[in-house]
Amino acid sequence: MTTGLELGQPQAQAIHSDEDVVRVRQLVRTVAVAVKLSLVDQTKLVTAASELARNTLVYGGGGTVEVATVDNGRRRGVRIIFADTGPGIPDLDLALTDGYTTGGGLGLGLSGARRLVDEFDIRTAPDAGTTVTVIKWSR
Amino acid sequence: MALSAEESGRLAGLLTSHDDQVTQRWTEIVTGSLRGRLSQAELRRQVQELHRAIVTVSEQGDLDLESERAAELRAVLAELSQGRARQGFSATETAVSVFALKEVLLELLDAEQNPTALRDYVAFSSLIDEMGLFTFESFVRTRESLIADQAEQLLELSTPVVKLWEGVVAVPLVGTLDSARAQVVMERLLQTLVDTGSPYAIIDITGVPAVDTQVAQHILKTVVAARLMGADCIISGIRPQIAQTIVALGIEFGDIATKASLADALRHVLRLTGVETSRRASRREA
Amino acid sequence: MERVPILKIGDILLVSIQVDMSDQTAVQLQEDLAERIVATGCHGVVIDITALDIVDSFVGRMLSTIASISKVLDAETVVVGMRPAVAITLVELGLSLHGIRTALNVERGMELIASARADEYAENLDAEPDAETTASP
Repeated sequence: MTTGLELGQPQAQAIHSDEDVVRVRQLVRTVAVAVKLSLVDQTKLVTAASELARNTLVYGGGGTVEVATVDNGRRRGVRIIFADTGPGIPDLDLALTDGYTTGGGLGLGLSGARRLVDEFDIRTAPDAGTTVTVIKWSR
Repeated sequence: MALSAEESGRLAGLLTSHDDQVTQRWTEIVTGSLRGRLSQAELRRQVQELHRAIVTVSEQGDLDLESERAAELRAVLAELSQGRARQGFSATETAVSVFALKEVLLELLDAEQNPTALRDYVAFSSLIDEMGLFTFESFVRTRESLIADQAEQLLELSTPVVKLWEGVVAVPLVGTLDSARAQVVMERLLQTLVDTGSPYAIIDITGVPAVDTQVAQHILKTVVAARLMGADCIISGIRPQIAQTIVALGIEFGDIATKASLADALRHVLRLTGVETSRRASRREA
Repeated sequence: MERVPILKIGDILLVSIQVDMSDQTAVQLQEDLAERIVATGCHGVVIDITALDIVDSFVGRMLSTIASISKVLDAETVVVGMRPAVAITLVELGLSLHGIRTALNVERGMELIASARADEYAENLDAEPDAETTASP
C-alpha cells in the first residue's frame, strides 16, 4: 500500500458514541472537499468512513480516527486511519466476505468499504485491537 | 547567458540604428521559412513587436530573459508561440521566427567591421537561443492545454444525453467505452434523470464496437443505480456479435429490458406509459 | 437526540430527512413511523432523501426495515429523491435495497402509491365482484 506523504497536521476525532460517527462523516467530508475529490468520490469516501467508524464503535468498543491530506507525488488524496483496542478480528478473510456479520448488520461494512476506496489496509490480532487505513486519491 | 550592460547597449544601438533594415530582412527570412502560410504584413507586425520589445529591454541596461524587466519581452514571445501553436505551425517553424534574428545581426555586424563583433555576436546568439527555447516551451504548453481541452470536448461530445419524449431520455453511446468515460456517462445520465424528472432512460449501444466484461459491468451498474433512484433503463442497439459476446462471457443482464433498436426501445417505453394511462382510464370508468 | 418529523398528507405519511442522522435517530424514526401508520391508518409512506448526501448500510437497512414493517401494517413505502452520487455509491457498496419501491421525486412517489392502491382495489373488485353487496346486510 502506498501511503503517500502527509501534508499538514492530521485531524483526530474520538469515536465513543453515535454522534461521534456523525462527526467523523462531517470531518471526512470537509477534508475531501478541500482535496477537491469529485462529488461521487466524496460520497464514496464518506460512506466508507461511516461504515468503518461504526465498526470501530460497535465491534472495537470505540477508538479514534485520524484524517489527513496526503500526496504521492502525482495526486493528492485523503487518508483515514481507524484504530481501536478491542478484541480484534479472529478470521479476517471471513470478515471481508460480503454478507458476513456478527453484529446483526448487513455484513457489508468491511467488504463494502474496501470497494469504495483506492487503498485499503487492515491490521488486527486477537485481543490486540484493529487498525484500518484507507486512502482515496483525487482523479 | 545574460548580456552585460555594454553588450545590451550595443544590441540596442544596432537594432535601432538599422531599424527598417532589421525588420525588413527579418520578415523576409521568416516569410521564407513559413512558405507563405502567413501574410507578409502579419509577419512584419509580429517582427516589429518583437523588435520593439528587445530594444526597450536592452536599452535599460544588462539583459537577462528571466529578469523582472524582461517580462514584456517574454509576454511578446509567449503570445507569438501561442498564436503559432493554435494556427497549427510546428515548433521548429515557431522557433525559426526568433532564430532568424541571428542571421540579420550577423549581416549587420559583418557590415560594421566592429572589433568586438565576434564577441558580441556570440553573446547575442546565446540570448537569441534562450528566446528560442522560451518560445519552444510556451509552444508545448499551449499545445498541451489544447490537447487537454480537446479531450474534454470529445468526452462532452461523445456522451450526449438527449430527451426523446416527455419522461424519456436517451444516451446514444458511440466509440470505445473505457472506465473513465463509462463513469462520466453514468453520472451524466443519472443527473439528467433527476434534472428532467424522467422515469425512463434508453442506453443505445449501436455505436459501441465491442463489449467486454468491464463495459458490461458499467452498463449494469448504471441500470441498477437508476433503479435505486426510481427510474428504469432499457438497453437498445445490441448487435449480433455483441449479443454473442455477452452470452459467451456469461454476463447476466437479468431482468433488464433489451431492444434491438432505439425505435423499438422508445415504442416499448411509450407502450409502458400508454398502457398505464389507458388502464387508469378504464379504472376510472369502473 | 434529533427526531425526524413525520407529516400526514391525506392518506400518506411524508418523511423528509433533512439532517445527517445518527444511528439512534434512524432507529427512532423507524419506531415513530410504525406508530404513526397505526395511529393514522395511512396506506402510504413517502420517504424523501433528497437532502441526504450519503446512505450507508445502516440507513439502507433502516429503509428496508421500514418498508417491511409498513407492508405488514398494510401501507406502501416509496423512497424518493436519491441523489445520483448516492445511488452510484450504494451500487458499489453492494446494497440493493430489496423490497423498496423508489421514485425520482415526491410527486412521482405519491403517484406510485396512488396507482398501487388503485391496482389493489381493482384486484379486490375482480376477485370479489359483489363483495360490497354481500358485505351489506
